[in-house]
Amino acid sequence: MINAVGREIPDYILNQTGKKPFQGSFHYDGTIFKKHGPNVKVVMNNSGSKLVPTIDEVLDKCDAHDGMVVSFHHHFRDGDKVVCQVMEAIHRRGLKDITICASSLGKAHDALVPMIEDGTITNIQSSGVRGKIGQAISEGKLKGLAIMRSHGGRVRALMTGEVKIDIAFIGSPTADEYGNLRAIGGKSDCGVLSYAMPDSFHANWVVGITDCLVPYPNFPAHIGQTRVDYVVVVDEIGDPKKIATGAAKPTTDQRKLLMAEYCTQFVVNTPYFKDGFSYQTGVGGASIASTLSLTKIMKERNIRMGFGVGGLTKAMCDLLRNDQVNCLLDVQDFDTSAVESVKNLKHFRISASEYANPFNKGAVVNKLDFVILAALEVDVNFNCNVVVGSDGVITGAQGGHPDTAAGAKCAIVIAPLLQGRIPAICSEVTTVTTPGETVDVVVTDYGIAINPRRQDLIECMKDVDLPFKTIEELRDIAYSIVGEPEKVQFEDRIVGIIEARDGTIMDVVRQIKPFEFREEV
Amino acid sequence: MEIIKPAAAGTLESSDCQVTVEKGDGGIDFSLESAVINQYGNQIRKVVFETLENLGIDNVKIRIVDKGALDCTIKARIEGAVYRSVDQYDNLPWGGAIR
Amino acid sequence: MKNPNKQRLRRTMMFLNAQKPSLIKDPYIYKPDSIMLDLEDAVAENQKDAARFSLYHALKTIDYRGCERVVRINGLDTPYWKEDIRCSVAGGADTIRIPKTESAQDVKMVEWEIEKAEKEFGRPEGSTLIMAALESARGVMRALDICDASERMMGIALSGGDYTKDLMTHITGTGVELMGARQNMIIAARAAHVQCFDTVFTNLDDMEGFRKEVETIHLMGFDGKSIINPRQIDIVHEIFTPTQKEIIFAEKVVTEIDTKKAQGIGVFTVDGKMIDIAFYDGAKRTLRLAKAAGVYKGEV
Repeated sequence: MINAVGREIPDYILNQTGKKPFQGSFHYDGTIFKKHGPNVKVVMNNSGSKLVPTIDEVLDKCDAHDGMVVSFHHHFRDGDKVVCQVMEAIHRRGLKDITICASSLGKAHDALVPMIEDGTITNIQSSGVRGKIGQAISEGKLKGLAIMRSHGGRVRALMTGEVKIDIAFIGSPTADEYGNLRAIGGKSDCGVLSYAMPDSFHANWVVGITDCLVPYPNFPAHIGQTRVDYVVVVDEIGDPKKIATGAAKPTTDQRKLLMAEYCTQFVVNTPYFKDGFSYQTGVGGASIASTLSLTKIMKERNIRMGFGVGGLTKAMCDLLRNDQVNCLLDVQDFDTSAVESVKNLKHFRISASEYANPFNKGAVVNKLDFVILAALEVDVNFNCNVVVGSDGVITGAQGGHPDTAAGAKCAIVIAPLLQGRIPAICSEVTTVTTPGETVDVVVTDYGIAINPRRQDLIECMKDVDLPFKTIEELRDIAYSIVGEPEKVQFEDRIVGIIEARDGTIMDVVRQIKPFEFREEV
Repeated sequence: MEIIKPAAAGTLESSDCQVTVEKGDGGIDFSLESAVINQYGNQIRKVVFETLENLGIDNVKIRIVDKGALDCTIKARIEGAVYRSVDQYDNLPWGGAIR
Repeated sequence: MKNPNKQRLRRTMMFLNAQKPSLIKDPYIYKPDSIMLDLEDAVAENQKDAARFSLYHALKTIDYRGCERVVRINGLDTPYWKEDIRCSVAGGADTIRIPKTESAQDVKMVEWEIEKAEKEFGRPEGSTLIMAALESARGVMRALDICDASERMMGIALSGGDYTKDLMTHITGTGVELMGARQNMIIAARAAHVQCFDTVFTNLDDMEGFRKEVETIHLMGFDGKSIINPRQIDIVHEIFTPTQKEIIFAEKVVTEIDTKKAQGIGVFTVDGKMIDIAFYDGAKRTLRLAKAAGVYKGEV
């Protein structure tokens, strides 16, 4: 069946998953559904402690079994040591058919590949996968289907009961013996636990894992004792150096600065750029550079930001330090400067649900004016791919990309027209992750294209001196320089699905096929 | 033109490619390593064979490690390696065999 | 055989190593007026041959979208320069830049090779311009001779590093060591009706110092500056962009001279200033600069 972004979703995949093809970004607006509730093991006794000595023992207490679903968060990013410790304990028991439901997986988890190969792990649900796990999935090593969900979509799947987590393992920089978890203090300070908060509401068993036990009560708790069954203390939950790096130096790459300048000039010429506007941006060099140049113009024109949201970096937190924004709403901290900023009274932690969940009573992304995003590929219908690399291998994550694009009044994607020889603007993306109907503007080093659906933006840019082009023109320029790319060849087997934030199927990801030269004519 | 001694040109920097040539076993033996092989493998091969034909070379082992080079760079590196293999640095046939 | 490109706008001339594909593939996105593809100092001795192939195909294939393509050849005291010229002319370079020019004879030697190459490769005669970099005391002292040495000469450029070494001093940041050379060169260039370009500014972290230097050479009458990084382009273009006041005045001057000439009047006033035909070229130049900078849409 062809879905609303023109992708063929085979019927057997629809049958196998029980999902519908994507029908449009706002198809389910106003729908009423019944929230799923997990089991709760009642604690009425006053014996005092939820401490369990080892992960192994906690697996016993939580009734670990074949075919169960375990969940993890990715706040420790490349420094994470929780996922591998827990999975090794599960592996030692010889449990099979485990589903991992993580908010994201990356390079820190390469050690899971042998567990995929031996059938310990048969399903992976994540925002995305980087590193060797992505390679393994793309090579067809995972028995089941990988499901790529946006951050908001993941919370939706938990709320609707589409995914029922058996055990949530929540790495926490500090914890007390009764399960009050905080992201602050300890050895592995990560600032926030936003992506783990939904798991604490929706999992049957919730286990806090820490390397820093603190006296009761560890308050104010980010995940409180009423939602946590057990606490395990381990030697290390992460490598602090890889959890929050030092703030990246502002880029001096002229190409990124050029795109940042185009982006900022676009932003300030929209009607949304006025006192109290809201803004989200990412961690890429061009994104940070555009935040810096925007900061300068805000100062010159005496315009204040209402709120900033998302994963935060120094550039965003400096707005708060310099009193140029009313508050920050934080779901992730990318550098030590952001972790430090969490102490500011106007720097608020929010949960992944508050941030981006499409199936609650209204997420923060719906209040966004601007979001500045990146993409691996954008096609002439403005569809974006942020998951599958040019070699056909799963190599990125949806993150909040589709959530913020759908929510923001003005979603801007920055991408250099050419990544090496690969054109970022193409006729058709390898895989759709974010539908073009929610992407308003694409900024490249060769020019800026406004989505024709946004005639209002086209109109207000009429007299603005920026290199505007149509998206087709940008593609044609790219192809004229590097040649038209051939499509990546895949096997028939589908190894994963890209789930839309509402749970429908946006696209499928197929097994990679080793390249072979075309027969000579 | 005959390849005389093994030679190389180009680098492994982004947008470049490294070409090595040596005398063949009676034909063109071509191997390619490229991050963009899925999209441009066939195109690169076409450029390689065209360039060799222009140079009049039909007996060569040619190996290319590509880092996303444009066609014009691939040509330049092949010619660079080939003319090094015959030690010719002056009076080159610009617009003739080199085109 | 007057080449219409001789007097084109050249506010910025960006140096690029011709051997580096990542640099030469799309410098035009930063919109310099000219790019200078370097076969000389930027290219290692053992890559001189490889750089030519890279240069040739770049010239032949890449659409530089209106940027002038200047090639800096190797010095006339090297074994490379003649083949550099053959390669550049065959590729269709707009201009050949001679490094370390010391005399009119140097220009004539290059001119001779270019002529031969234009014939050999079927390029229109006179289509390749020449510019000369002056890098020594002797070169600077002979500036006028060098400017006058060939009909193909479009300009001279100061190369401050080598020149100050020859003077037994160094780049100080104050500009005092370059004062004489700059003055001498701009006078010579104007006398010969060719353009004059200032030396590079190498400290990329000192943007304020760069701005000051550009302001100085702009006031001295230079046509533009050699640059080493796209970061420097906007500042040069901004300083070389005429103000609205200057544009309006220039437009009036041109229109008035055109009409008054038809009426046989030689001297008159515009906005209270005495104007005659001597103002015409300057006013035209102002409008051309304004147009290139995108601040003037008129047709005068």
